[in-house]
Amino acid sequence: MSMNKGWTLYDPRLAWMLVAPVLLLLVFFLVLPIAVMAVYTFFTFVTAGIEESTLTLANWHEFFTDSYYHGFLFKTLRVGAMTALICGVLGYFPAYFIWATTFRHKWLLLLLLIVPFWISFTIRTFSWINILGEQGVINVTLIRLGLIDEPLHMLYTEGAVIMGLLHFLLPYMILNVYVSLESIDRTLIAAARSMGCTSAQAFREVTLPLSLPGLAAGLLLCFVLAAGSYVTPQLLGAGRDALFGNLIYDTIMGQLNWPMGATLSIVLFVVLGCFAAVYTRYMGMSQIVKGLGG
Amino acid sequence: MTRRGGNQEGRWAWRLTGFITLLVYIFMFAPIIATVVLSFNASMFGGFPMTGFSLQWYVKLMGNEQVIAAFRTSLWIALVTALVTTAIGVVTAFALTRFDFRGKQMLSTLVILPALVPETILGVGLLVLIKAVEQPRTLLILILGHILLTVPYVVLIAQARMVGIRRVYEEAALSLGASRLSSFREITLPLLVPAVVAGAMLAFTISFDNTSASLFWRPAGVETMPTQILSMLKISISPEINALGTAMIVVTVGIPLVGGLILQSLTKLRKRTEPTEGVQ
Repeated sequence: MSMNKGWTLYDPRLAWMLVAPVLLLLVFFLVLPIAVMAVYTFFTFVTAGIEESTLTLANWHEFFTDSYYHGFLFKTLRVGAMTALICGVLGYFPAYFIWATTFRHKWLLLLLLIVPFWISFTIRTFSWINILGEQGVINVTLIRLGLIDEPLHMLYTEGAVIMGLLHFLLPYMILNVYVSLESIDRTLIAAARSMGCTSAQAFREVTLPLSLPGLAAGLLLCFVLAAGSYVTPQLLGAGRDALFGNLIYDTIMGQLNWPMGATLSIVLFVVLGCFAAVYTRYMGMSQIVKGLGG
Repeated sequence: MTRRGGNQEGRWAWRLTGFITLLVYIFMFAPIIATVVLSFNASMFGGFPMTGFSLQWYVKLMGNEQVIAAFRTSLWIALVTALVTTAIGVVTAFALTRFDFRGKQMLSTLVILPALVPETILGVGLLVLIKAVEQPRTLLILILGHILLTVPYVVLIAQARMVGIRRVYEEAALSLGASRLSSFREITLPLLVPAVVAGAMLAFTISFDNTSASLFWRPAGVETMPTQILSMLKISISPEINALGTAMIVVTVGIPLVGGLILQSLTKLRKRTEPTEGVQ
């Protein structure tokens, strides 16, 4: 204790020293960039790669009046919502199964859900080309069986994009629901059954309501991650399937229009932030924390 | 199990649940299996049907200098990221669980934001900041960016474990005259090992795998493994990519699995030796 003379055991000064590196990183690489980006939305675009610090509302005016951007935003929100909902429906079953099964090697089922996180996201995404492409598993099988003559056009469509997003997001959903099922006191279900509930009733009245926090956290996570995606539409979609993330990338890296790119980023940040704020207002942050760290 | 009950309705619901679970697992792994299988295809084209077994795409891959360079770059970035993130993340988790200080709540929220804010936004934000202060994009910026992206996971994993370690252990060491540092090193850290290892491995894989943000942050001319794959896919879909994918799966799945197994046998070993230590 000699090195901390005059300091209490859990001195706040020591705490600040411990969190300093992470705090500095968060300030300089997260908070400050977003603040500077917000300022940039008011800069004047001169020509590709060049802008002036003369303040203007032109970027915001362009965003609010041009339906091109609105279309992108709505499409992105629609794809995000569809992905999250399908994830919720499809993900609930495996989560429930893993939780309720008496299978001895339950850990294996859980491990298989974590394995995809270790496989490169880019590889997982492009691997769909081997399933949906003209020479992919589905088309080759159907042609061999004589069911079709021409390969079906499945790749480079919105459906393929949603499929890729589902593939990427399902483990998040399943783990979130599983974590919240796992925290249910199982005696409650036994009690409901002993009071005469059928298993379906016990599920509807006890298990389902108690697992809703995990489902809600999963839905938010899937929605935000889908709506912010860049790689999936790039690899599995055609030009018209591009989402807001692709629009931002093209505006900045392609057209080198930094002020507009900053404006679009702030738009996406605020829109997704609103959804997250509504969620935390009702559910709090703890479930998301459990889902990410568990 | 009471949930499944004896009634017909419940049994059918359970079977349906099992069936959908099976389908979801097939959905999760079918594309990956197809990629691994195709990487051994003898055909000149990147697709089915299989025309024979061949390692030609692996041979071609080994001769691809760009791929090797990108692999090396990613490996280094991921190693440095994992080391630094684990170090600063674990002490942050320690502070967040053991101490009370003003702004603690805000910091715990702030620290998970990098995992929730879409990478495109984080990517553009940092790029705009760099441009505003007229700094070039460097490897250091890219690595610091990766550390930002991985910090939430390390902090959350370490925090979850730290909550389970009772602070009386540390306080006992302190009351016996240990310094703060040695009580952390001798008591807290050993108990934290599983979380530290898990966090470091996760940080490694997230960094190694990062695509969107790296596209924005990488210095001109530098390719990481995922950005290299993206640019290869832009040109053409060659079967070489399937071989590359398979090789990466072996690296990123193999390392954590082996690490996990080693860890498991270590804990088993320790459990076996613990009682004797207790007697001494």
